[in-house]
Amino acid sequence: MKLITAIVKPFKLDDVKAALVASGIAGMTVSEARGFGRQRGHTETYRGTEYELDFVPKVRIEVVVEDEQVSAAVETIVAAAKSGKIGDGKVWVSPVEEIIRIRTSERGTDAV
Amino acid sequence: MESGSLAWVLISAALVLFMTPGLAFFYGGMDRSRNVLNMLMMNFYCILIVPVVWVIVGYSLAQGGTGDFIGNFDHLFLDGLGIIDDNGAQIATVAFLGMFACITPALISGAVADRMKFSAWAIFVPAWLLLVFVPVFKWIYGGWLGDRGSLDFAGGTAIHVNAGIAALAAVLVLGKRAGWPKEGHPPHSMPLVMIGTGILWFGWFGFNAGSALAANGQAAQAFMNTFLAAAAAGLAWVIIERVRDGHATNLGAASGIVAGLVAITPAAGFVSGAAPLAIGAIAGAVCCYAVRVKNKAGFDDALDVVGVHFVGGLVGSLTIGLFANPDFFGPGAATSPASVCTSCEFKAGLFHGGGLNLLGEQALANLAAIVWSFGVTLVIMIVLKKTIGVRVSEDTEAEGLDFAEHAEVAYH
Repeated sequence: MKLITAIVKPFKLDDVKAALVASGIAGMTVSEARGFGRQRGHTETYRGTEYELDFVPKVRIEVVVEDEQVSAAVETIVAAAKSGKIGDGKVWVSPVEEIIRIRTSERGTDAV
Repeated sequence: MESGSLAWVLISAALVLFMTPGLAFFYGGMDRSRNVLNMLMMNFYCILIVPVVWVIVGYSLAQGGTGDFIGNFDHLFLDGLGIIDDNGAQIATVAFLGMFACITPALISGAVADRMKFSAWAIFVPAWLLLVFVPVFKWIYGGWLGDRGSLDFAGGTAIHVNAGIAALAAVLVLGKRAGWPKEGHPPHSMPLVMIGTGILWFGWFGFNAGSALAANGQAAQAFMNTFLAAAAAGLAWVIIERVRDGHATNLGAASGIVAGLVAITPAAGFVSGAAPLAIGAIAGAVCCYAVRVKNKAGFDDALDVVGVHFVGGLVGSLTIGLFANPDFFGPGAATSPASVCTSCEFKAGLFHGGGLNLLGEQALANLAAIVWSFGVTLVIMIVLKKTIGVRVSEDTEAEGLDFAEHAEVAYH
């Protein structure tokens, strides 16, 4: 099992969700996040004074999938989240040792 | 007072009361999220303490008797003010002016935002009210400045210049916010700022048109002027921003509207025609640049009380010297929102054949208010600093005043 973590632009969340659901992914966890990469934040202007904001708003999407689903799911996310402009975000994949469905105590792939 | 006028004054008083919560939202939205409740409380505290002080002694000292510099103690606890002979005119006026007294110290809260101890603020407000607001109010409305012929329809000098320059004195003693100006302090909620701006504009019709103390033509013109000057000032501010910085911003529109409202306040019952558009546009443009002065001069007027209220009030007060038009208003026009100003005279401005006399009186009145307000506010703040202290601890400033000072948190 793998954990796919995607940091995407907030307005791309609906596109990514729809694409993942269409590809057969059963669930996901979404949280609001802030951060920066090579784009280095952005500038806001209030009363003519510019403020450098290092952390820009993003959405973090987390999905646990079976190993054979990983590449398809990652491609789906990248395709749906891409605008081609700076700040589109990142996706990374990490191994998951164990997963348990709380209601039934099922473990492993049964719990995904 | 006939019933129509009485009704208008009472409604106006309620409109002016509403401005203090409006100001609280205007400032609160510009504040950071961890200090917004402290900002709201600094403003709401003014509508707790000021009515009490006003009725006990403030009104009597501000309006009692015919002294040039200060009133007397004839009306302690509103003693001697009945409702039978004058159909409630005096009581309605005391209430109306009391609302002005509430919002004036509240204006200063924007400058001291994010770092002033609430206990120090709690003492500052009544002290400042009695030592600064009350005497300056008396000078202008029934004292030496009004008698000389300076004009201030609804409190450009008595309220905005007065509070604006006091804000400068207060921050000079209080010091800068941690990290300012290197670290940015952007507004935490622009929607809150815009709601506050709407409430302020709405309430300001009572502030200015109510200052005719009658439901008459002068009130109608003051209403119209309040409408136009705010629009022209907001427009001027966003046009400058768009050309200079590339974007028309909400905060620019809000700041321009307030600058225009401040500037038309002293002039509302004295000007007509295109004058309110000119006064508004000048105020919007001047204040748009004035708010940048603090960065160069190095005083941390957190939410631009000096740049908007002091400068805007000064612009409005001085332009009366150009635009005052007594012919338009006719004989019998009111010259102030105070009931006892019997000797005040409505002179014409430079553009209406009055020469430079009125402009000179306007300059003198503002200079007098500036010197007194700045000096006495400095003394009040220094005394507070040496006794109970005026500034929260570094930890409190970093964690936010909401939780440390009030045990509350705005957003969960």
